[in-house]
Amino acid sequence: MNEKLKLYCKIIGLPRLIIGGFTLVLCFMLPVLGLQTDMLLSQSITRIFMNMILVLAMVPSINSGIGMNYGLPLGIVCGLLGGALSLELGGTGGVGFLTAIFISLPLAALLGWGYGALLNKVKGSEGMIATYVGFSVVAFMDIVWLMAPFHNSAITWPMGNGLRNIVSVEGAYEKILDYFLLIKITENVEIPTGLILFSLFLCWPMWMFFRSRLGVRVCVGGENPVYAKAIGINVNRTRIIGMVISTCLGAVGIIVYAQSYGFYQFYNAPLMMAFSCAAAILIGGATVKKASISNVIVGTVLFQTLLTIALPIANEIMPEGNLSEIMRIIISNGVILYALTKAGDKK
Amino acid sequence: MQNIEKEYYGNKVLKGVSIELKAGEILAIIGENGAGKSTLMNVLFGMPEIHGTGGYKGKIIYRGKEVVIKSPHHAMELGIGMVHQEFMLLPNFTITENIKLNREITKTNIISAVGGKRLELLDLKTMGKQAREALDKVGLGVGEWTVVEGMPVGYMQFVEIAREIDKKGIQVIVFDEPTAVLTESESQRLLAVMKKIAAEGVGIIFISHKLDEVIEVADKIMVMRDGEQITTLEGKRASAMQLAELMVGRGIDSSQIAEKRNFDNAENILQLKNFKVDMPGEKVRGIDLNIKKGEIVGFAGLAGYGKLGIANGIMGLHPASGEMIFEGKVMKLNDTMSILKHHIAFVSEDRKGVGLVLNNSIENNITVPAMQVYKKYLKKVLFFSQIDRKSISRQAERMVKELNIKCTGTKQKVGALSGGNQQKVCIAAALALEPDLLLVSEPTRGIDIGAKQIVLDYLKRLNREKGMTVIITSSELKELRSICDRIVVVTQGKIAGELKPDAPDGDFGMLMSGVTKREEGERNE
Repeated sequence: MNEKLKLYCKIIGLPRLIIGGFTLVLCFMLPVLGLQTDMLLSQSITRIFMNMILVLAMVPSINSGIGMNYGLPLGIVCGLLGGALSLELGGTGGVGFLTAIFISLPLAALLGWGYGALLNKVKGSEGMIATYVGFSVVAFMDIVWLMAPFHNSAITWPMGNGLRNIVSVEGAYEKILDYFLLIKITENVEIPTGLILFSLFLCWPMWMFFRSRLGVRVCVGGENPVYAKAIGINVNRTRIIGMVISTCLGAVGIIVYAQSYGFYQFYNAPLMMAFSCAAAILIGGATVKKASISNVIVGTVLFQTLLTIALPIANEIMPEGNLSEIMRIIISNGVILYALTKAGDKK
Repeated sequence: MQNIEKEYYGNKVLKGVSIELKAGEILAIIGENGAGKSTLMNVLFGMPEIHGTGGYKGKIIYRGKEVVIKSPHHAMELGIGMVHQEFMLLPNFTITENIKLNREITKTNIISAVGGKRLELLDLKTMGKQAREALDKVGLGVGEWTVVEGMPVGYMQFVEIAREIDKKGIQVIVFDEPTAVLTESESQRLLAVMKKIAAEGVGIIFISHKLDEVIEVADKIMVMRDGEQITTLEGKRASAMQLAELMVGRGIDSSQIAEKRNFDNAENILQLKNFKVDMPGEKVRGIDLNIKKGEIVGFAGLAGYGKLGIANGIMGLHPASGEMIFEGKVMKLNDTMSILKHHIAFVSEDRKGVGLVLNNSIENNITVPAMQVYKKYLKKVLFFSQIDRKSISRQAERMVKELNIKCTGTKQKVGALSGGNQQKVCIAAALALEPDLLLVSEPTRGIDIGAKQIVLDYLKRLNREKGMTVIITSSELKELRSICDRIVVVTQGKIAGELKPDAPDGDFGMLMSGVTKREEGERNE
């Protein structure tokens, strides 16, 4: 019995036990503190699945040997651009949503290819370079958002040029996925079936991909580049493939995120998004060298639930100031730090 | 040094070696790679890897007193210096700065009078003068303020020597293969310098592969083999042939030598013409070679002389040039995928780096190459081709049984296996590619004796039963002689000669030490 327990612990992993346990404790604290437990849990579900695709974007990048895709903002701004254009064109409903995706995908693929080529030139220090690619592309897009000739008054500043900081997708395709086949259990508890299906639907081809010959090639290229070369694999190419997929998923991910959230956030909002995604997948048990779809699902569930319920609790216990944002930063960066040090001593 | 013994993790690499060096004497130590020469020197220098792995047994008696040398710095203080095979010089520093590194001469100034010795300034003038003296001793005419970077390698070697003799109270200098990178005339000068230094009363230990040099300068010659001291000879009386025999001679008995087969009429499976490979440390400088169908050919030679480069070049893992014809077709060089598709497979000498993905399972390691090259082990699911776990497990289980790989199951990680079993996995992966020509590099490096025999027997069986042509590159001459039809000896990136496995020990030793060319030439005339 004891043996079996130990085995399970080993499979699940200590970090997940600790974080899972902590999350459970917080869950029990919710009713004690008099917070709306049912609503918060329902919110968690939505938060989990609106973030899942962005976390999924880390998988091809990790498996192709590049490590965490800290340059995820690159994909995100492609998605934002697609979104802004779809709104500019006045797209609504499913058509508007798909327009956003179809505009952003070729863009993301192109930029992802260039980005992958760049990272091939800096093998060994991808993490640093990727972070700065992310930062600079966000800064560059700040200019684009301001200067680009958008005319639709729903998305531009009331005065002057440029896009607003936050653009609502209300009336266009707000919660189009969430409301698809929505199951309403009580007043406060809803299950966004469409969103869940869509997210899982994207996980599935990813899972298939890593079971195909090309997918295996990408993985082998990431695990041992010299070995890959010896069996005739062009590692530079597999890394670019990984980056293109990752960037495209980033683009789709932000559009899905926005439809559920209700807003597109332009300017500096994408700056730090890669870090929480990295934290989520690391919690899920991925290392900087290997990640799987199950890591994505487990990690997103744990991380987003933790964030969703920890913040109101923190605000309840320490009501002064804007503590929630600080908590979020501490938790997500702390987790990255922890997971990266753990990844280090596996060598 | 008396009765020095050293074990690395239960593996005895020095089995009681004693050497004796008098002042002004030149002692040469010769032996193949792995004979224990470097380990012996590491003991003498108190290198951290010696103390870190449990120290050594035996005594070192230096100038009449027993000493335990704790660190290279301690050795230096005692007056033992070393000229390294790879240069230990700072390229951006001048010659003087290099010679005087960490022994700089300083002079007092106002601040140091208050703040102590650490604040003294360099006395560049005296430093330069002393460096000049040392350089003159070794006969190097370059200015003492020249920067080391960009100097010819020969000069760097002499700067190293100058640094050693500049040390005050230097008693013993070890030369570790100093002539490996030098040209003929530079070598001659170096040997002359060595004699000169010895004449001033410094003891010299000279490690080399080049037998003729050793005979020329050494007063005494010690031959080492497999960590044992075979014999010590008087320098003047030794002959190259005698030394070569002693160095290589493993006393292989005729029953172990591979049986003779005739391939005169067989067709060529692989032809190399002016084949060059730019592999760091294992450069191949243009070879011409024909391999016959159904042969087992061995590549022998000392480390760093290019034998490993040949197989790596054929596979396109290091940039190759020249011409390669396989089964009558001219092959595109440096394109690993196309070479694999022609059914040439490779078992790398770097098992852990190139040969395997250690973090992956046995079955994946065995099947992934074949999957990538021939699209095997795939099945169709709807419109997508997906990996076929069942056929992968089947193949892996078959290979595990056939090669007797000891594991808990085909899903076990390769990194957890012993060296011998890892090697079997490598071979299994190469066989999954169904090769007509199998290149195997160092198949028995780092694996235990039992596994060695299994691996070698299996290679032989593949050749006999399936008609596979096999090229084996190995540092273990004995093994090559037990299974090869002929052995090609590679020195200095070129083919030194070709021998049948039943050729006398001395012939192998001569070819490997690179003495033959001149002497053979004389014989032919």
